[in-house]
Amino acid sequence: MASIDYLRQTKAAPVRHRRVSAWLQATPLTLTFLLFFIVPLAITLIVSFWDYNEYQIIPAFTLKNYAAVFDGCGSFTDVCVTFKTYLSTLKFCAIVWAVTLVLGFTVAYFLAFHVRTTAMQTVLFLVCTIPFWTSNVIRMISWIPLLGRNGLVNQALMAAHVVDHPLEWLLYSDFSVVLAFVHLYTFFMIVPIFNAMMRIDRSLLEAARDSGASGWQVIREVVLPLSKTGIVIGSIFVVTIVMGDFLTVGVMGGQQIASIGKIIQVQTGYLQFPAAAANAIILLAVVLMIVWALTRIVDIRKEL
Amino acid sequence: MATSRRHREPRPASFYWLALVFALFVLFLYGPVITIFILSFQGPEGGLTFPMRGVSLHWFAALRDGVGDVDIWGAFGRSVKLAIAVTVLTVLFSLSAGLAFRRRFRGDTAVFYVSVASLIMPSIIVSLGIGLTFRLLDTLIKTVATAWGDQAFADDWTTSMGLFTSALGAHLTWTLPFGLLVMFAVFNRFNPAYEEAARDLGASPWQSFRHVVLPIIGPSVIGVGMFGFTLSWDEIARTSQAIGEQNTLPLELQGLTTSVTTPVIYALGTMTTVMSLAVMVGGLLVVRRVARRRRTAAVGR
Repeated sequence: MASIDYLRQTKAAPVRHRRVSAWLQATPLTLTFLLFFIVPLAITLIVSFWDYNEYQIIPAFTLKNYAAVFDGCGSFTDVCVTFKTYLSTLKFCAIVWAVTLVLGFTVAYFLAFHVRTTAMQTVLFLVCTIPFWTSNVIRMISWIPLLGRNGLVNQALMAAHVVDHPLEWLLYSDFSVVLAFVHLYTFFMIVPIFNAMMRIDRSLLEAARDSGASGWQVIREVVLPLSKTGIVIGSIFVVTIVMGDFLTVGVMGGQQIASIGKIIQVQTGYLQFPAAAANAIILLAVVLMIVWALTRIVDIRKEL
Repeated sequence: MATSRRHREPRPASFYWLALVFALFVLFLYGPVITIFILSFQGPEGGLTFPMRGVSLHWFAALRDGVGDVDIWGAFGRSVKLAIAVTVLTVLFSLSAGLAFRRRFRGDTAVFYVSVASLIMPSIIVSLGIGLTFRLLDTLIKTVATAWGDQAFADDWTTSMGLFTSALGAHLTWTLPFGLLVMFAVFNRFNPAYEEAARDLGASPWQSFRHVVLPIIGPSVIGVGMFGFTLSWDEIARTSQAIGEQNTLPLELQGLTTSVTTPVIYALGTMTTVMSLAVMVGGLLVVRRVARRRRTAAVGR
């Protein structure tokens, strides 16, 4: 008995010591998140209930910022600005999500199941990664010489006599915004789906094929369910990026298309911080609801 | 290679379709960037689109003299300094936190969830929050200074927002989650037997870290640094509301997209991309040299 107690003691002491040191090692990271993430979010929440005039923020409780956001939203006949903006953003979200999912799944499937050597997989994966190293703005403006009025696409279409005057909807339109989103963020879909697919036991596919499943059936009944985690993680990335975006919609929409991010940006430009904060809190709530709904599909905690 | 060739079965038809999709996807990724790379060598008479009117370095020369009234080279310097600071802090903080997460500690799940939340939080919200926090801090500083009777200090105080305060913090909320996740992946594959061997041979915790753990994970640590640099170098969304008076290069570039109508903007794009690629290639070369030195050391022994 005594010896067991002794053993337990010697085991317990260094463990506690190591726990303290682990805690200390995590402190710089934790403090950074506390100072630049948690505190700012808390302050945004508080300020969203504050008053303001043209010159300053007034620390007095009011609900007028939220009232202003939903101004006119009670009416059934015409849709208010906020709902319209959210509908437009959600529309982009849905389209971009669908396109990046199909494209990302196809590319990941090709890399995971059709490329046979690990070396080749690494090379092709790197090929997909390299454009990611250039800035988003550059990748956006690089569409101008292609899609502009006198761009390559229009030149080619005119030369082939498909159209007799340049297409205007190619650039600074919903189309170019979606194109830029897909261009910028499909990568975020490929990585987690590829990761999930690489963990699938190859013998399951063989078993399905041996039992007479067609190629489509293997994908639908085996690959798709088993890469669900990757799909959900990728979806969370893409959806949260598109929901909060103001840059892509701004540059590719020719500053003409509304988005929630843009409203917040414009309001901070006019120093209407409490109004911007209220919009940010509502956006946060919407994004959290979407993420929550997505995580209902799969328990991420179990998979990590 | 020889064995795999012997067992190679014929490719199914679907392979060729998927390969075509993949090739088109790669073309889609690279096509636009290559276009502006080519167009940045546009002749002096040339415009924003094809055709090329001669080939020249005219627009790079124009870039050297600055674009309009924007101080491009000042912004360039600020971006480099900020990116270096972010790189160093990202490496140190995520390496240290990665070591911590190998064991359980109080609040580890909370820290993990906060990191993930920081990663997926819409950037405009983070940016606005940090901007607001520093503005309120300014008000607080002025109020306190006035209350203490130091009116001159309160009047002179402009802002606590800046490159190495709010902007640095904003960048870290973006780079640290990436760094931490890479460290998770690294330590998941790390064999603790090496460390135990070092400890059994009498190494102190620092010695076993310095001479055993660090050399093994070294390439990944450099990878985290490369990630940190490029993420910071190109960052716009989180910096936008949290930078104060002086902009970074990507922010200036974003401002120029609406006003500049000459290929000088392509030259600027090419330059920043080359900078990013140079850091990446440099990082990869360092990784290779470290790996080679370790291999020769192992052979020598």
